[in-house]
Amino acid sequence: MMERIRLWTTVAAVGLAWGCGGGGGDAGGGEPAAGDGGDQAAAPTIDPATAGAITGSIAFEGDPPAAQPIDMSEEPDCAAGYADGVTTQQVLVSNGQLGNVFVYVKEGLSMEFPAPSQPVVLDQQNCRYHPHVLGVQVDQSLQIQNSDPVLHNINTQPTTNRGFNISQPQQGMQTSRDFGMAEVMIPVKCDVHGWMNAYIGVVDHPYFAVSAADGSYSIPNLPPGEYVLEAWHELFGAQTANVTVGDGATMEVGFTFNAGMAENAVVPLGEPLVVKHASDGSLTTVRGSAGD
Amino acid sequence: MTGSRFRFARRRVLRWAVGALVGISALAMPVRMVAAQDAGTGEAIYRTWCVECHGAEGRGDGPAADRMLPRPRDFVGARYQIRTTASGELPTDADLLRVMSEGLHGTTMPGWPNLSDNEKRDVVAYIKSFSPFFERETPEVLQRSADPGGGVEATEAGREVYATLECARCHGEQGRGDGTSAPTLEDWRQLPIRAADLSEPWLFNGGMGADAIHTRFLTGVDGTPMPSNQDALEAGVVTENDLWNLAHYVASLGPAKPPDVGEVVRVERREVLPGAASDEAWDDVPTSYFPLVGQIVESPRQFAPTVDGVWVQGVHDGAELVMRIAWHDPSNSPDPAWQEWQDKMAATIYADGHEIPAEPLPDLLAVQFPFDDPTGRQHPYFLMGDRRSPVYLWLWHSRRGVTEGRASGLGTAEALDSGAGLTGDAVWEAGRWHAVFRRPLTSEAEVLQFAEGEPIPIAFFAWDGSSGETGTRGAISSWYFIALQPPPSNTVFVAPLLAFLVTGGLGVFAVRRAQKSHTG
Repeated sequence: MMERIRLWTTVAAVGLAWGCGGGGGDAGGGEPAAGDGGDQAAAPTIDPATAGAITGSIAFEGDPPAAQPIDMSEEPDCAAGYADGVTTQQVLVSNGQLGNVFVYVKEGLSMEFPAPSQPVVLDQQNCRYHPHVLGVQVDQSLQIQNSDPVLHNINTQPTTNRGFNISQPQQGMQTSRDFGMAEVMIPVKCDVHGWMNAYIGVVDHPYFAVSAADGSYSIPNLPPGEYVLEAWHELFGAQTANVTVGDGATMEVGFTFNAGMAENAVVPLGEPLVVKHASDGSLTTVRGSAGD
Repeated sequence: MTGSRFRFARRRVLRWAVGALVGISALAMPVRMVAAQDAGTGEAIYRTWCVECHGAEGRGDGPAADRMLPRPRDFVGARYQIRTTASGELPTDADLLRVMSEGLHGTTMPGWPNLSDNEKRDVVAYIKSFSPFFERETPEVLQRSADPGGGVEATEAGREVYATLECARCHGEQGRGDGTSAPTLEDWRQLPIRAADLSEPWLFNGGMGADAIHTRFLTGVDGTPMPSNQDALEAGVVTENDLWNLAHYVASLGPAKPPDVGEVVRVERREVLPGAASDEAWDDVPTSYFPLVGQIVESPRQFAPTVDGVWVQGVHDGAELVMRIAWHDPSNSPDPAWQEWQDKMAATIYADGHEIPAEPLPDLLAVQFPFDDPTGRQHPYFLMGDRRSPVYLWLWHSRRGVTEGRASGLGTAEALDSGAGLTGDAVWEAGRWHAVFRRPLTSEAEVLQFAEGEPIPIAFFAWDGSSGETGTRGAISSWYFIALQPPPSNTVFVAPLLAFLVTGGLGVFAVRRAQKSHTG
């Protein structure tokens, strides 16, 4: 299966100067904790003299699948927010660039990063989630709010973490939750409005971003090192790239997705959890089927 | 008394269903050795009783699992519906023991009275070992406030809360599981799941009564669309009293006890018969409830039928019999809003190799009687009779109305025009059908004639088109009886008089003889 997913990855070094990265990706509240934490646990110090960055753009090759119209007629309060109709947000392509891709450092970090005190906001507005894809650090507060005058329920469906399902029956209601374990990604849905879904990436460090509408992303303030970077999309699956960040270097890493990848994509929703029994008797969980 | 009798009947039906499932699945799987030498451990018990549904590795994927809706619990993911803990938390041992003892009434999970408390505890320990979550976390019972009490005022206030919390979005205005979101609901496995019919609380997975209902409001039903309202309570969106009032309101939507299942529908004789299905005159006609279960004897089968029972009323006037049959069905099929649901059902529990029609299907009801002789010692086979002993049918179709029919086995029903004069009508409202059948008791037609005084076998078959039910896929009952009340007879008045005269006469005779013998 994996060999059928072709990776279109380009890695190029573009200069040594710190801070000359590309367009600002939506970092989803995951600002690197460079000593500005304010948290009880000590954040690792990132030396600004040597810190590098990874930036890049997510390309989409070929014709993207057409966005599907959403029938919101049962919820006039929400439908009123879309004068020209409303479509699904799964595939966000403009000028050959793909938005809503979760990009994060999957391997290579050895430091421990305490959760920032600043919460990440997941808003429900006009019967859609804002943002549609977001990242949060382990134990960081996720603030869920209902900006609509209608009932929403927030049904999270993780496999590594525990999933909760809570109601928000009133406009303005806020709820805070956090996730204790890294998990990419956690599907979120509203059962009252079957078209509403979102994905939360939970990682144990601040080095993640969500590609903007123009496909760009940026992961700044990264200590020099060798990393595995992963780009995840809800329909087209995940790709990884190896990247070495030198002292003060900004590395450009691009990923390319295409429509054919949807077929083999691994989407977490409803996937069985596999328990591995280690020789010392401990249990760990991984995703996927037992035979893989 | 009536409740326990019902539960007994239901348990019998469930046992039968589970037994059949296990039997069917056993044909498709290699023989598994059961560790009989160590029956005291949870694992051995699990491998004997639980593995067929819950699977060898506890993932809820045993050989019988894919015919069930909802699917058996996945002990690895450990999302448990019925808990006393907050949403997202694990259940306590007591929660798991309760489910093992009592079963989950709206599912194929039965209670296990054959296991001792110690054995159940062993099984709980084994079930927990499937999931690493139990090693990481210790569940805590959610603290709940005391019930301030029910009553009319609390129930009325609860109706307001039902509106505020928009419960009707899934459960419907009358609580019959027919809300606008109901056709789109899925569980965590992305399988279709029905919004609970709140007027049938004896089928609640978590048990009936305001206390159990209140618990579900706070804990939610994890793995399903039913959310917890604990956060809304803490945010002040609802109060403790609101949730208790809502619990009493929801409890008031159904009976306080499971309905009594009798054997006989008593059809009263009255001067004036009720009219159409919506006639209020039906309100004072006694009602009998008969449970229905999925047809799983012949393939293609239906393991998770929509219709779980019928409420039957009957009245006659000596010339005409009129019966009204009600059942709960959240969809007035065919309905385009339920097309996606029908497709999902086809893709999940009907994935048995049999084609099911892609087009929208109607709702159907068949009332079965013996074809012409109700007095035979043997009833026809309950699945639409057989060649030797056919059945006479009253057929109702949600778009074509009422016709007579004849069948000699499943899938052989055909329309019949006997001239017996059957008519009828039906109305669907807020998740419930009412269908009326009307027929002269007797005629020249060569079909069943209804005679007063003698029990006449009757059975029911219901199909929900929006769930893809058609042909042999539907819900069935076993045979029951209807008995037409005879007219008030003269013997009622004559017998006491006769007895008086005979006793009096004998007394006089005895006295005379005594006098004679004395004087003589």
